[in-house]
Amino acid sequence: MSILGRNVLPLTVHASVLAPDWPWGFWSHMIIFVVIVMAFVILMAMGFIWFERRVISRYQIRIGPNRIGPFGLLQPVADVIKILIKEDIVPLNVDKIIHLLAPAVAIIPAIMVFAVIPFSNGASLVDLNIGILYIVAISSISIVGQVMAGWGSNNKYALISAMRVIAQVVSYEIPLALSIIGVVLFAGTLSMNGIVQQQSIPFILLQPLGFIIYFLASLAEVNRTPFDLLEAEGEIVAGYNIEYSGFKFALFYLTEYTEAIAISTIITTLYLAGWKGPFLPPVLWFLIKVFAVFTLIIWVRATLPRLRIDQVMGFAWKFLLPLAFINLLITGVQVVAWPDLSQWVIVAVNIVLSAVLIVAFSRMFRTKGDKVEA
Amino acid sequence: MALKTETFILNAGPQHPSTHGVFRMRLTLDGEVIQDVEPVFGYLHRGIEKLAEGLTYPQDIVFTDRLDYLASMTNNQAYVVAVEKLAGIQAPERAEYLRVIMAELMRISSHLMAVGFLLNDLGAFLTPLLYMYREREKILDLFDMVCGQRLTYNYMRIGGVSQDIPEEFIPALKKYIDSLPGFINEYEQLLATNEIVLIRTKNVGILTKESAINYSAAGPVLRGSGVKWDIRKADPYSVYERFKFEVPVGSVGDIYDRYRVRIEEMHQSIAIIRQAMEQLPQGEIQAKIPKVLRPPKGEAYGHIEGPKGELGFYLVSDGSTNPYRLHVRPPSLINLTALKELLVGVKIADAMAIFGSIDICVGEVDR
Repeated sequence: MSILGRNVLPLTVHASVLAPDWPWGFWSHMIIFVVIVMAFVILMAMGFIWFERRVISRYQIRIGPNRIGPFGLLQPVADVIKILIKEDIVPLNVDKIIHLLAPAVAIIPAIMVFAVIPFSNGASLVDLNIGILYIVAISSISIVGQVMAGWGSNNKYALISAMRVIAQVVSYEIPLALSIIGVVLFAGTLSMNGIVQQQSIPFILLQPLGFIIYFLASLAEVNRTPFDLLEAEGEIVAGYNIEYSGFKFALFYLTEYTEAIAISTIITTLYLAGWKGPFLPPVLWFLIKVFAVFTLIIWVRATLPRLRIDQVMGFAWKFLLPLAFINLLITGVQVVAWPDLSQWVIVAVNIVLSAVLIVAFSRMFRTKGDKVEA
Repeated sequence: MALKTETFILNAGPQHPSTHGVFRMRLTLDGEVIQDVEPVFGYLHRGIEKLAEGLTYPQDIVFTDRLDYLASMTNNQAYVVAVEKLAGIQAPERAEYLRVIMAELMRISSHLMAVGFLLNDLGAFLTPLLYMYREREKILDLFDMVCGQRLTYNYMRIGGVSQDIPEEFIPALKKYIDSLPGFINEYEQLLATNEIVLIRTKNVGILTKESAINYSAAGPVLRGSGVKWDIRKADPYSVYERFKFEVPVGSVGDIYDRYRVRIEEMHQSIAIIRQAMEQLPQGEIQAKIPKVLRPPKGEAYGHIEGPKGELGFYLVSDGSTNPYRLHVRPPSLINLTALKELLVGVKIADAMAIFGSIDICVGEVDR
């Protein structure tokens, strides 16, 4: 296929909803799939918002939103309507262009990640042969939007938040990318669909250490508890989006949830065998796994307090990074030296190794609690 | 290349999620590190001390409720202790026992709030706080049973208490007291072994023994620093010398010690309530006092161990129906004087945790 005179073979659209002889074959497919993906993301974000509020209420012995619609299902709709008819306040001394652009810069890459996520066998917008590399590259751009918001708002809380986000996200990129390489080594491909197809055993078993590193690093990437420093409610009030209201704030809010969905889907794809599963249709399996991962994230949020900025950085550089290197080394040796070994043997070895490594590493960072003498 | 940097001033408060009301701190920051702190208070000043001069002695009780609104019962008690000292009144035994039970329940309730808000300041998204609220709610139900109020009790009277406890109170109290240690232990398992809580609270915000004494800090802040000082033991009032209980103290004086001291004090309060329930005598709940109380000329300082520290009322009488002067020794305010020493040099995140660990109530700071 050629676009603008260039040969772009990897850009193939799967799961034909339209007859191939439709006018502008490629482009009509493309547009329809973009609409589907966008609708999916926004609907999922609304679903996630409802889901998170309901689930976290259970942790907090509350009921949660239950007034609008059955089980409060329409609560996000009401919220969106409310937020869209609010006044859009632009403070006096903001950097107007940066202030205006920041929400767009934040949301677009967050949605672009979904272009390569396989929702079912081959059902992705494009099956890039460098899918996972594309995700690593794109997902960091959202941060630029948050930094722009923090800088452009002319607010000290926002500025502190911007400062924190740069330090934090740049640090966590490294263990994040290194843990993904472990998966890529086992799968032998960078394509997201290819990685799913390679998982006869879910990679969470083959790569338990990699999974833990990826999970923690991605929590830090998307600023969820305990790494939610850039919007630390008790310290810097709301962080980078403090001066935003109305539609622009809605975009930031959506970005946050889009990113949470993105990491849930990526974890599902990389470690939980994506759409694979018996009996149920693949899309359903995919959604079940995504919601399971998201529940784990909510659980963490409902339980843990927040770390301090130096502890967050220390955790990335002293804990996650060495572990990620060790994981990469172990994986590399297993792939190169014993390519014919049964995968179940590797599963057993890796689980034991991970447990030993994590216990050993946490010993070094232990803070012991003791009793107050009476 | 050396970058040119400069410090900037950040206003934390009066409207800020972590300032527990309308307290304000002007923080001078170098990046994340605090260089200087200037506390600003008075946003909630209602002139309670001045108002008292225009009111009779019994009328003032209702205003003491509004000082530390998370511990109204102990405020009541401190005030009536001071007035009784001034006028030479002795409350009946049953009333003293009821006061002790109420004050210890109030202490548990106040400590629950203190620990819950501390964890909220550490960034735990409301969960611990809401569990604390659940337990506090049961205490409020007990108070509701006794005096019909949930926040401003106005329960203590000069020379007694306003009304006797209803029949169903003691069984309800017993049931609650039996369930509470289990709850506190459950909570402890969740938090005292949590690595993030430990790393955020241990060796952070250390107030040394000497500084704590120099700042005349009191209550859990002082005891967290390792000073064994509790008015209930040091200068026993009411019937406290009849109960067996320990005074928990910390060793380092960091946030964690203050937190642990509060948890241990809840256990001690439970022990005191148990003993008070067993010993509770029958009889009058109100001493005979004149209809119009005119204490003799003179002055008196009555103090008790409030949940937040030494709570004292200083009264001067000119022989009329109204106090000539009323002064409150608010533990929140006195404990806050150590704030600058604790905050300079730490990061913003720790500042909020330290502030939370001091456990202030702005109603009492500003009065």
